[in-house]
Amino acid sequence: MKLAGRSFESRLILGTGGFRSLEAMAEAIRSSGTEMVTVALRRIDPGARGSIVDVLAGCGVALLPNTAGCYTARDAVLTAQLAREAFETDWVKLEVIGDDRNLLPDAPALLEAAEQLVDEGFHVLPYTNDDPILARRLEDVGCAAVMPLGSPIGSGQGILNPYNLRLIVEHAGVPVILDAGVGTASDAALAMEIGCDAVLCASAISRADDPLAMARAIRMAVEAGRLAHEAGRIPRRLYAEASTPDAGIPAF
Amino acid sequence: MNVVLNGRPAELGDEATIADVLAHLGAPERGVAVAVDAEVVPRGEWPRTRLHEGAQVEVVQAVQGG
Repeated sequence: MKLAGRSFESRLILGTGGFRSLEAMAEAIRSSGTEMVTVALRRIDPGARGSIVDVLAGCGVALLPNTAGCYTARDAVLTAQLAREAFETDWVKLEVIGDDRNLLPDAPALLEAAEQLVDEGFHVLPYTNDDPILARRLEDVGCAAVMPLGSPIGSGQGILNPYNLRLIVEHAGVPVILDAGVGTASDAALAMEIGCDAVLCASAISRADDPLAMARAIRMAVEAGRLAHEAGRIPRRLYAEASTPDAGIPAF
Repeated sequence: MNVVLNGRPAELGDEATIADVLAHLGAPERGVAVAVDAEVVPRGEWPRTRLHEGAQVEVVQAVQGG
């Protein structure tokens, strides 16, 4: 997969939120095979134990800073600028949230922030609603990818509107990454079968009973889904179509 | 001088720079960024950027998320 001029073998991007420890996070990263993980920025905590940056460097993965928790374009832009300084990367997972219960994106603010960050030279990967028109607008302002949600962050409800996701995939000229909503492996497989280029997944792995096993399961699901997409599924039919020929059936 | 550091009042020396604040906080070398009055201050300018009375200083670091 090519993303903003960079090649990736793995089509799974891992969110680092929700792991009970940095060790558990590092184990899941290795098990998932991912090459890029999200990180967030918060006020410095002098009592914090261990450095996530050092642990991630040890894992050899690229960092994708997010703007989680931002409710305005201004806050998101400033957070992206801070992330560029902290992580020495122009990449940003842009989140501009419109509601603190469903964490759905604020579409106009998202578009405004995306445009500004693209102008400032960022590779912008926006977490967006599963709206084909908004996805097109985000692509038009220069986003490096679009990342539609399957369902609200951390809800584990999978892909609530496969039809919209299909439309986004069909029309997108940039990579489409399913972001948010994956609850288990089959959700990731479905996203890839629909034609997404990658899946971004955090809670489904980090909050699973066995994150290590789920990281492996979702890794395999992403690979299987991609393969199935490339293989081309058979059309759905209302009635059966015999797989054994009628010719030569003996008469009794 | 009095500033607001990560949302809390803080008293600093009159000549305090951003680098002084980071040393005071015990900030790690990597994965840290600073904004003063909603403007990001590049790392290279920390040693020579003096704060001013009433400055709103935000010091952030990497955490798990997303």
